[in-house]
Amino acid sequence: MIQDANHGAMRVTLDIWRQSGAGAPGKFETHTVDANEHMSFLELLDVLNERLVTEGKDPVAFDHDCREGICGSCALTLDGKPHGPRARTTVCQLHMREFTDGAHIRVEPFRATAFPVVKDLAIDRSAFDRIQRAGGFVSVNTGAAPDANATLIRKEAADEAFDAAACIGCGACVAACPNAAAMLFTGAKVSQYALLPQGQPERRERVIAMVEQMDREGFGNCTNHYECEAACPKSISVTNIARLNREYMRAMLLEAPRSSSVEE
Amino acid sequence: MAHDNPNPRPSSDSAILDSKVPSGPMSERWSKHKFDLKLVNPANRRKFEVLVVGTGLAGASAAASLAEMGYKVKAFCIHDSPRRAHSIAAQGGINAAKNYKNDGDSVHRLFYDTVKGGDYRSRESNVHRLAEVSVQIIDQCVAQGVPFAREYGGLLDNRSFGGAQVSRTFYARGQTGQQLLLGAYSALNRMIQAGRVEMYTRREMLDLVVVDGVTRGIITRNLTTGEVERFAGHAVLLCTGGYGNVFYLSTNAKNSNVTAAWRAHKRGAFFANPCYTQIHPTCIPRSGEYQSKLTLMSESLRNDGRVWVPRKKGDERKPSDIPESERYYYLEERYPSFGNLVPRDVASRNAKSVCDDGQGVGPSREAVYLDFAGAISRDGQPAVAARYGNLFEMYERITGDNPYQTPMRIYPAVHYTMGGLWVDYNLESTVPGLFVLGEANFSDHGANRLGASALMQGLADGYFVVPATIASHLAGRKLGEVTTAHPAFAAAEADSRQRLDALLAVNGSRTVDSFHRELGKVMWNKCGMARNEAGLQSALAEIAGLRQAFWQDVKVIGDPNTINQDLEKAGRLADFMEFAELKVRDALERDESCGGHFREEHQTEDGEAKRDDEHFAHVAAWEYRGEGQAEVRHKEALTFEEVKLTTRSYK
Repeated sequence: MIQDANHGAMRVTLDIWRQSGAGAPGKFETHTVDANEHMSFLELLDVLNERLVTEGKDPVAFDHDCREGICGSCALTLDGKPHGPRARTTVCQLHMREFTDGAHIRVEPFRATAFPVVKDLAIDRSAFDRIQRAGGFVSVNTGAAPDANATLIRKEAADEAFDAAACIGCGACVAACPNAAAMLFTGAKVSQYALLPQGQPERRERVIAMVEQMDREGFGNCTNHYECEAACPKSISVTNIARLNREYMRAMLLEAPRSSSVEE
Repeated sequence: MAHDNPNPRPSSDSAILDSKVPSGPMSERWSKHKFDLKLVNPANRRKFEVLVVGTGLAGASAAASLAEMGYKVKAFCIHDSPRRAHSIAAQGGINAAKNYKNDGDSVHRLFYDTVKGGDYRSRESNVHRLAEVSVQIIDQCVAQGVPFAREYGGLLDNRSFGGAQVSRTFYARGQTGQQLLLGAYSALNRMIQAGRVEMYTRREMLDLVVVDGVTRGIITRNLTTGEVERFAGHAVLLCTGGYGNVFYLSTNAKNSNVTAAWRAHKRGAFFANPCYTQIHPTCIPRSGEYQSKLTLMSESLRNDGRVWVPRKKGDERKPSDIPESERYYYLEERYPSFGNLVPRDVASRNAKSVCDDGQGVGPSREAVYLDFAGAISRDGQPAVAARYGNLFEMYERITGDNPYQTPMRIYPAVHYTMGGLWVDYNLESTVPGLFVLGEANFSDHGANRLGASALMQGLADGYFVVPATIASHLAGRKLGEVTTAHPAFAAAEADSRQRLDALLAVNGSRTVDSFHRELGKVMWNKCGMARNEAGLQSALAEIAGLRQAFWQDVKVIGDPNTINQDLEKAGRLADFMEFAELKVRDALERDESCGGHFREEHQTEDGEAKRDDEHFAHVAAWEYRGEGQAEVRHKEALTFEEVKLTTRSYK
């Protein structure tokens, strides 16, 4: 029914990061796994884990859920590249045809001080949630909204806001950055609202609060390496970082606490 | 009421399943009901604690809205962040009766289409309410900064979507679910920041705590530390999604599961219509045994893609070598007025039938072509890319084929489940104080869900319905103080621990996934797109055998007191196995075809589903009666006042 068993068969060796918990020492463990070029990288880990379980060994912990590149759960660095070698692709949608038979692949969690390891390849990215909570919203209660077409929004602005809003919150940008900066992530959310009329009333407070939270979480600052954009599975542009800087400067220069009625 | 007087058992189904549907003209019922509902004084709301389980569209929107109103809310999710719920993966869009296109849409038409699309197995009053609040949902989401697609004039854009003859679907490229969920997540974040929602991530609900017949809390497992925890509250909202992963392979996320709903069922919540499953027609076919999940291609693709197979059976030629005259555009030929846009169940069954006839394509022969050559030559590749670019890229990533050059290969896959815990008009289950929202309940889609209606329902329930109806419980019943020190919590916690220990104690030889794959095959082959009595009977026997084998031979590794993903999977599978049996029994008892439930014994000469309204125009709600006892099937009769029962025809 399915393709014959040997079609696309391959064998790869994995050096996988194992760590029992936050703060515990970690080490690489080597496993050779039989693969098929059509399987995804996470399916390869499934195959390995089933084998480990039948051998009575602890399977490798890793976060994953939708396996279609949108939930942002998976957070693996392969051979030093967050989400692996293919551009604009999360590791759950990375298929083994991207590797050659006999490949030797190093598998690590996304590394950053602000993303402590929970176990093996699973990490704690709650710092991202806290940045969002600081200001990544429009203060509108349910039921208080005007008609959706009451405010016209230029298509270009809506499209650009969408491009920024496409962020899946995976953290690849942080893992790729030599400074472990979260400015692409933060800049994307700030941009989405800065570009839309709905975001204007809280524009100033939002960017200050989110940047301050980002700093408190221990993320670094952007020094224009652009590794984040290259690693981003959703092609979030570094222009969002430029906009974040602009928004922050503007907010700091404006003497406008909440009492002001005019923002610009 | 139930608190003071522990449930004397009503004798008839209509008394047990009181739908609490308001009287009066259909279009005024929701307004009237809201007026008739008791209110909780704003100053008293902070005295009520609401536990919201799940943070998808329904859960996040409910948690945020209730907190805004002043209730104390605790929210729980199994992920590391509430933003990762599976609602995020919905691609196509969200329906709303805005009639912005001036093409004749209205609340009544959306209501009518939804009841008809559900093959007359949904509750009219609920569906009408859904259509009414659809309009407010779009307003709310736009106000939150959800970047919907727009036209050049700055107005919102709409498209038509599977089964609809009006353009009422709002969308955000192919990522509508993501953008709506991030909107609800932002509202939730705002309330977390304000200290009005306490968020518990990496928590799995293991049990419902019922005291004197009323819901008073939940038991959870902290998935990081393994700790089993107790939470007390005045109401519990289950927003935990559907049961599609009973099939192992589905478009659901890997962690989607039935456990919370099933545990609630075993504590007294009736399970309605578990046989209803939606098989989505446009998914990427599977490629091998290692396949862990299936990926949906948005059915918006059917707006421009033409579905075909070679006329000749077993045709080995490349699609480009097959001339027009030898291509069978079977949907266009069989359904001239709807063509490629027939509802999902019809499209799925037709794909199966041509593959069963030997006309399937691709290495597995279980696929049909979805061809964009016509759209590309008509509108140009850039126009097609603007509409579907991200989907085409996703397809290429997964299959290695470029759909701009060669037709996509698609095949149906399990996608959504219309059944769920039974709820009344207030979205309250048969256990007082337990409300069920979104895909986890059964109420609005009947036997088949129309495209772009799931997002609408999840947000309707969370933003607009439950914030109003929860007062019927909180203000309508006397709720004495119950803390987690109550013996019912200790008993439920002990049950949960015992189940975890039992899974670890088996120490057999087979992996959890090996059992799950086997269960999935039984369900797909015997309780999938087409079902018959003999198959369902044999499925019952196979599931029972599999359950026994599971408890004798499963191997779960490790420690319950730490992160243990193998143990999580095992617990969920154990519940899926129990649920599977109920699902098959429901399919067996529903001796008719309707929507996504196709019984081969009941079809027209053309192979269309043949309903039996005389005997089956009802909701089947199953009552759990204890370990080893047969579940009891109750009926809620469905009455149709506005929509005339007709045979669906998409010819």
